[in-house]
Amino acid sequence: MTLLDAAGLQTIYGSGCSECLTTTGNRAGTNQCEHCGSVVACANADLRVESGEVLGIVGESGSGKSSLAETLALERDPEATVAGEVAYAGHDGNLLDVDYQTRHALRTGEIAFVHQHIRDGLELEFTGGGNVAEKLLAAGWRSYEAVRERVRELFEATEIPPARMDDPTRTYSGGMQRRVQIARALATDPELVILDEPTTGLDVSVQARVLDMFRRVQREENVAAVVVSHDLGVVRLLADRTLVMRHGRIVESGLTDRIMEDPHHEYTQTLINSVL
Amino acid sequence: MTESTGDHEGDQTTANDETDGGTRVTSDSVDGALADIETKGVAGYNYAYLDEHTKREVRRAMLKAVAIPGHQVPYASRPMPLARGWGTGGIQASLSLLGPTDTFKVIDQGADESVNAANIRRLAADTADVETTTDTTAADVIQSRHRIPEEVLTDEQRLVLQVPITDALRKVDSSDAANRRRHAHRNYGKMWVHLYENVVEYGEINIASRYPTMVAGRYLMDPSPIPRWDVPKLDDADHLTILAAGREARIYAVPPHTSVEPLAFEDRTFTVERFPEEACDACGSTDTYLVEVSSEDEGTFETRYACNDASFCAKRREDPALTKDHHHDRAGVDWGPGTPNTDAGGETE
Repeated sequence: MTLLDAAGLQTIYGSGCSECLTTTGNRAGTNQCEHCGSVVACANADLRVESGEVLGIVGESGSGKSSLAETLALERDPEATVAGEVAYAGHDGNLLDVDYQTRHALRTGEIAFVHQHIRDGLELEFTGGGNVAEKLLAAGWRSYEAVRERVRELFEATEIPPARMDDPTRTYSGGMQRRVQIARALATDPELVILDEPTTGLDVSVQARVLDMFRRVQREENVAAVVVSHDLGVVRLLADRTLVMRHGRIVESGLTDRIMEDPHHEYTQTLINSVL
Repeated sequence: MTESTGDHEGDQTTANDETDGGTRVTSDSVDGALADIETKGVAGYNYAYLDEHTKREVRRAMLKAVAIPGHQVPYASRPMPLARGWGTGGIQASLSLLGPTDTFKVIDQGADESVNAANIRRLAADTADVETTTDTTAADVIQSRHRIPEEVLTDEQRLVLQVPITDALRKVDSSDAANRRRHAHRNYGKMWVHLYENVVEYGEINIASRYPTMVAGRYLMDPSPIPRWDVPKLDDADHLTILAAGREARIYAVPPHTSVEPLAFEDRTFTVERFPEEACDACGSTDTYLVEVSSEDEGTFETRYACNDASFCAKRREDPALTKDHHHDRAGVDWGPGTPNTDAGGETE
């Protein structure tokens, strides 16, 4: 079943002009419009996510991965002009046009986002448990014991020592903070989790454990995910299908194995050959 | 002891004997000027100190506040003859409400005699030509800091609470802009996390005053620093409560018969202060909000409990059986926790 179907997604920073789309992109080799100076973070992006499936998005820094992820996660950047159509299962109309209440309900219930920067996603002065509880409380949970129980369950599922539950999040290690973000994202049993660079700032062994944990929880809960990463290893490990982005455009898409073993696009070939 | 209307009649040789141009005071010395005000009064000020335009603006803000219960309405808080933070918002609201036939009561932490309360009362008596009283049941307008009187207010009465901090959310986020957005979207998740962490730390919700409270199921309100004891009195009350902040220039209101619900969990409920085994040292009440009074007598240090509401305590000393709703014509309108004469009760905690 198709969970999310997006067509013609476009994010532009700046005034924008009629030439923007023709003067940017992979062929033009830039994402900045030479006429008006606007940055086309992403354009003409079509993608689909089936329920329970993991979609990977790879590309170099500045290729528009995060902009695309933020659009899908219903983040709103007041400086950006966003266009496109997003259809979401069980929801009528374009997801990009919803009013605040609907957006708030979707974001506390069905679509969770794990921010690239921990500070954007967590309140570091709150306890780790409090950060996870916030999602539940915002969704209307009003029994303290039930919230407590669910938080403990999520801490165990994401392999954070429950003994640290009531310590301020700022005292956690980077890996634990990342896990708290994932626990928070999964708190209300969403249909779709969007992870923006889930392994940023983690050393390799912690990266591996966080990814293993996420892969296990993702399969257990059968939650669909969009994983954005510059790291091909992350995408290879998690994603069923992969999109490759460059200069704000999707240049190649397909099954992850096919992309890794038989890259068609010249840029994808370079990307795969350049893995250390 | 009680400073009632009689004390002020001497000062009220006001507007009638001066025609225009206000009171001329000697400019030679400060003492001379003060003596002039004592003898000649404060003629020349507009009725109720504030000019008519200001009062109208404050009244408009109050009407809007009544129309949107719990919502903070901005108004042009004027400089008043006392420092901001000492009840300037409350005075502006009171002076805009008062008319010459009204009776005015001012309490500060339950007491009518505190310097601040006495000064505010005198300003109103001098400029608005109102009667003043210390008796809660005799007052039309009651201005209060930090307490709601023990005696049940009626639908004829208006309560003006002085508010130091208007936004309940400032406790969890210092950004007013972000908090206004939260109010607009009824997004109070952060306050709920604060309560959650409170329970984690103390085993119960441990917020002494400024208890976050939902008004009419829509806006989260800071009920000014009244103790938890007084918060349930606002729920479905007969009287109108106006909450006014001078420094922050905001007015908000709880209209009569509006639901006021303290935030709490289903299994960690809202509780009021407990005074186990204690009674007022002066009147023996066990159903009133008590405060500790310490006295040192010949080297021994003694702590006693006393009613915080001084006026009601004085009445109870005369008649210990007096109920909080003795002046109501219908029974069972008692408010506040632990009232012993509610038969179904035994609520005394």
